[in-house]
Parts: sequence; structure tokens; C-alpha cells
Amino acid sequence: MSKLTRRQWIAAGAVTAAGAGGLAVAARLARRYGLLPPDGGGIYGPGETLTYAAQRLLTRHSMAREFSRSQISAKPLQNEVDPLGEEFARLQKAGFAGWRLTVDGMVERPGTFSLAELRSSPRRSHITMIQCEEGWSYIAEWTGVPLAHVLQVVGVAPQATHVVYRSFQKDWWESMDMADALHPQTLLAHEMNGGELPVGFGGPLRMRVTRQLGYKSVKYITRITVTDNVKQFGKGLGSAAPEAGYAWFAGI
Amino acid sequence: MAEASQRHSLLVRVTHWLTTVAFLALLVSGLEIVVSHPRFYWGEVGNINTRPLFHLPIPASRHLVPTGYGYVMPDQNGWSRYLHFQSAWVLVLTGLVYVGIGMFRGHFRRDLFPTRSDLSGKRVMASIREHLRFQRPGPEEVWSYNVLQRLAYLGIIFVGFPLIVWTGLAMSPSFVSEFPATVNVLGGQQSARTLHFLLTGALVLFLLVHLLMVIWAGFWSRVRAMITGRAEAR
Repeated sequence: MSKLTRRQWIAAGAVTAAGAGGLAVAARLARRYGLLPPDGGGIYGPGETLTYAAQRLLTRHSMAREFSRSQISAKPLQNEVDPLGEEFARLQKAGFAGWRLTVDGMVERPGTFSLAELRSSPRRSHITMIQCEEGWSYIAEWTGVPLAHVLQVVGVAPQATHVVYRSFQKDWWESMDMADALHPQTLLAHEMNGGELPVGFGGPLRMRVTRQLGYKSVKYITRITVTDNVKQFGKGLGSAAPEAGYAWFAGI
Repeated sequence: MAEASQRHSLLVRVTHWLTTVAFLALLVSGLEIVVSHPRFYWGEVGNINTRPLFHLPIPASRHLVPTGYGYVMPDQNGWSRYLHFQSAWVLVLTGLVYVGIGMFRGHFRRDLFPTRSDLSGKRVMASIREHLRFQRPGPEEVWSYNVLQRLAYLGIIFVGFPLIVWTGLAMSPSFVSEFPATVNVLGGQQSARTLHFLLTGALVLFLLVHLLMVIWAGFWSRVRAMITGRAEAR
């Protein structure tokens, strides 16, 4: 075995120091520019962090593909939903007249919106694909209020980083960063394929996040909370998905 | 003769084993993900209400999928997906380091590109004949690859892996929002998924032949060379 020369030791030391310094700087920049996902710890943390950071550097403002009317799936799949309980049945019987969307957290004017108010708000439609993490997909036309509009009405604090959204399904809640929350295609959808949004597809109100897998498009939205610290919710992993073993960022 | 016994460079050895680990992790996690929906489609969309191009004759891990089996497999998608994408990063970054440094150092020119005389019909036919007759490789192949081996390695490095990464990225809703052409030219998102699966079959076939050839050539001597970098002259 040859001994390392003094010069080699110095070179090795310099490379190690540069590497450690580079990592520290990268971590600092990533935190500053919001490139760290809330489930970025643990053994799969490095992969998730690389994916989320790369996507946010590449695709912050990109638009999901939109399709022509002829490409709308004749037979979309509504997937399974756990029983929604008596309260939901009561609301449904009354045509969801009593349905309320609460918006709170880091906003200037927290409040609630009825479905009628949301339906008479500015609307946007898009024909986009919804993809399940299992591998299947369908294309539908979605119509609703852009989430960005609702956030503008309530006045989001400039330091807000995430929007947490909850569902009538008690154990299912999600969150997204401001890049998706303010994205023009992100809708609080109340119509599908030109008609009222069917209950099986998330009616009366479904979050529609176009650049992520279907599980981010949570059905039966009841509450939206704006925050600058998404880790204070639940187990601190960003949403119910990572608590069940699935990635928080579902843009892949 | 210390110089002459060097067979594989440190770059080749480290990237070979990193790729091995990443590929096996991708294969296992990928098959687990497929189990949740073992049906394949062509075009943009596909689900249990539409006709599949083909399906795998296995039970699914979701009871909504009609497989004909009265049995639902356990759901393994959570960790499988985390592991799949983390391993994909390892594979891609390893591949970039290997190709980048390999080009800089002339690894491909020196070790993998067939020479002009290698590519003559006579030589190629001779090599095919040797393989078909299961002739054990001669001592010169301890130090150098034969022409079929070179073409197979080049194919896997510059065609197989790039295609599997491309078809994988073409399934990502975020990635294709920025680069829609990557999925459009494949004929749609479900086509990308089907191609990704078929390409996996091709890569597994390569792996099996690769393993068989290594066993045929002398398993321990070849594996030792890929670990220590040294080979023994016979």
C-alpha cells in the first residue's frame, strides 16, 4: 500500500470541505426557496426531496395538458368512497343548501362560502386527465371556482406557504404548496362534464389539482386553512397521504 | 505485471453495482405497483370500464379490478412508490456519472465501441456461431469483450435505459405539464405505461442473458473482476 502524500491529504481535505460546504449551501437554498417536501425525512426522504425540488424548479408555472371534447371518457371511473354518514345524507337530501366551505388560517378575512356563492363566483373549465396512482385514468371536463380566486377574496398573508384542505371524510386531508394553490387550473370544482358534480365523483365540491395524481384531488371539500407551517398539522408530514405511507407530493 | 491485471476501472465497478441495486429495487417495486392494476391499455386513458390491450393473469391488490380471482393481494403501493422513485434517481444519477466520466476518459471508445474489423460480417457471424454452440469464451475474453457483448452493452446503456427513463417520466403528470411532447409522441399516457412495462421485460431478458453468460464464462472470476477490478491471466 502506498502512503498518501501530504499533497494528497490536502487535496482530499479540500474536496471533503467543499462537498460539506456545498451540501450546507444547497440545504439552505432549498429551504429558502421552498424546495423541501414536508415528508422529506426518513429513508425515502432523499428521493422525495430530489423529485419535489426538481419539479418545482422545472414546472412551477407549467400547465397540465388539456384535451378536446371528443377525448372526454365515455365511462369515467368514480372509484370507491367510504360511507359518508348521516350528516352527509341529510345535507344531500336538502340539495346541499346547507353545505359550507370554511376558509381560515393566515388570511385577512376568514369566512364561509355557501355552494350558491361558489357557483356564482368566476368560473373556469378545463378538460383534463385524472390519473390514479394505481395506473388507471380518465378524462373529464371540470368546472369550478379557481382556488386562487377564493384565496384572493379572503386575502392571503404574503408569508403563507401551503394550503391545507379537509374533506367530509374525516380521516382524509391534504395540502399543497402555493405554486399549486395559485395555479390557474386548480379548481374548487362543482361541475363535471357540463352537469352538477355527482356525489360519486366528489360532489358537491371537489378539489381539482391538475398536475398531481388523483389522491390530491380530494372529494367533499369542507375547509381550507392557509398556513406558513404545514408541519403543525397531523403528524407533521404534510397530509394524510404520507401518514398512510404515500408521498405528499404526487406530481412524481 | 500489476498494470496488466487491471480489468475494470473504479468508475465501471462502482456504477455497475449501484445500477444493480437500483435496478433490482425498481423491478421489485415496479411489479408491486403493477399488481394494483394489472391491466394495460393503449392511448391516453384506460380504466376498468374500458377495454385493455392485455392483462396479466394475476390477482390484483385492489378489489375493484375484475381479475377473475376471488382473492385480493395485500396493498404494497405506498413504500413501493417511494422506493421506485428514489431508486430511479439513483439509476439516473449513476448513469449520468458513468456516461459523463466514461466519455471524458474514452471508456466507450476503448472498451465498448466495436472496431471496424469487429463489425465485418464474417466476424459477427463467427461470434454468433460461437454463442449458438455455447463455446466457452477464450482466454482473450478475460481482457476484452466480444463483438456481440459490446453491441448488447451499448444497446442497454444508450437505448434500453434511456427509453425506460423516458417512458417513466412520460407518466408523471407534473413532468409532462412542462414537456407534453414526451408523452404525446408515445401516443398517450397509457401507451407510455404499457411501453414502460414491455421495456421492463426487455431489460429483464438482458439481465437473464447477462447472468447466464457470466456463469458460462466463470461466475466467480468474472464477479471478482467486477468487484476488485483485477483479473487473473490464465
